[in-house]
Amino acid sequence: MTTLARNASIALAIARKDALAELRGKHATTSTLFFAAVVLLLFGFALGPDTRKLTEAAPGLLWLAIVFAGLLAVGRLHIVETDDGALEQLALYPIDRRAIYAGKAISGLAAMLVLGAVLLPVVAILYGIDLAGAWPALVATLLLGCTGFAAVGTFYAGVTVRMRAREVMLPLLMLPVIAPLLLAAVKATTAALAGDPFSELPAWLQLLAGYDIVMLIAGAGTYGFLLEE
Amino acid sequence: MKTRVVGIIGLLAVIAAVVFGLFVVPPDVNQGDAQRIMYVHVASAWLAYLSFGVTALAGMLYLWKRDLRFDAVALSAAEVGVMFTAFAIWGGMMWAKPVWGTFWQWEDPRLTTTALLLALYVGYLLLRHLTDDPARRATRAAIVGLVAAIDIPIVHFSVVWWRGLHQTATFADPTKILHPSAPLPFVIALVGMLSALTVVWAYLMIRRYQLARIEWQIEEHGRLGRITAAQRAAVASSAIPAIPAAPAATAIDGRVEGAGL
Repeated sequence: MTTLARNASIALAIARKDALAELRGKHATTSTLFFAAVVLLLFGFALGPDTRKLTEAAPGLLWLAIVFAGLLAVGRLHIVETDDGALEQLALYPIDRRAIYAGKAISGLAAMLVLGAVLLPVVAILYGIDLAGAWPALVATLLLGCTGFAAVGTFYAGVTVRMRAREVMLPLLMLPVIAPLLLAAVKATTAALAGDPFSELPAWLQLLAGYDIVMLIAGAGTYGFLLEE
Repeated sequence: MKTRVVGIIGLLAVIAAVVFGLFVVPPDVNQGDAQRIMYVHVASAWLAYLSFGVTALAGMLYLWKRDLRFDAVALSAAEVGVMFTAFAIWGGMMWAKPVWGTFWQWEDPRLTTTALLLALYVGYLLLRHLTDDPARRATRAAIVGLVAAIDIPIVHFSVVWWRGLHQTATFADPTKILHPSAPLPFVIALVGMLSALTVVWAYLMIRRYQLARIEWQIEEHGRLGRITAAQRAAVASSAIPAIPAAPAATAIDGRVEGAGL
């Protein structure tokens, strides 16, 4: 088996383990999804009953809800590892550290995609948005945005998981770094919902893809140092 | 002693640059006296970016060599850099109010990038603060500093796409440095302030580095409870002042070489 195939199978095994644990235990799914829905509801109260204003702000609000709930999700994926000392066990295996990072990032991506898939219709209903026709662009934006979030989130969750005040430090360190992702994802979503009148969608999707690649490389390259601790 | 010389040179240079920038150079035709803020603002911004470059580089060197002295350099640069970043933002806002009519201009890529820069590195310092083990702290800080440095160009690039109205960068075009369109006194004021504050930056970096070494010894001392014989020798022969509060410091015979630094 080539190194790449071997690493891929390790990564998938780790992701599968995370998915199984979550499916059987349901520690995080319900609470995280409900939290995101409540956030969307509160945005509605904060911006007032004027539906036009909400429709205009909807892409930004959608991504903010994804970011807030996503912080909980990626943090949770590392907390389950350290609570039982499982991460130390994982670090002791004679396997490539990048495969461990990739595995955790895949679980993170899966969690984010579930989040996005649930929140998109909720946003459409609450803020009065017509999703018809925008599907392909929205799916592409969601896929690229969630990949970037999972790439960065896995890295920062790994940094903060064994720290004091990790609940504060994860968002504090991570939010400034994902600023370009948020900006591009919101712009792409806005363009997608408006039918891309200025054909700027490809540019924002490219920016997202570039961000994803850079952050995946940075995360894979540095995650190994965290496991040495 | 040598460090103090750097400090005094820096102080005199800053005084000279301030006097020149305030009283010798005439006010700008369009921006009036507000333009004088630019001398300090541009210099602060340059030093902020220089600092974070040094932090990322020192972090990489730490990961490579595993020498805690590189970590001390990274810490010094990050702290000094946060100060200059705050300076740059403050100066920029003071300048923007009379010239643009607003403190904050969301469409300006450099202002928003610099604000995120501040957030990134305040997070970096907090991360250091919340990790006790020196090696673990150095590793975490090094990789976080590295990822932050990678993020900055992407942040800048993405905000540029929002379309900005900032003046074109003063030093972006090399021909503009060789053949400046601004009259000579303006150029001298800017370059003078830049050089003066760079000397101050170097002085602050050296002092912070020395302080980091002392903190390091106090930490070590606290962890071990008492200084071992080997460390006594190391402390006595190093160029760092002893820790007066430490009970075992009496064993250093008062040989404090670094006192006159």
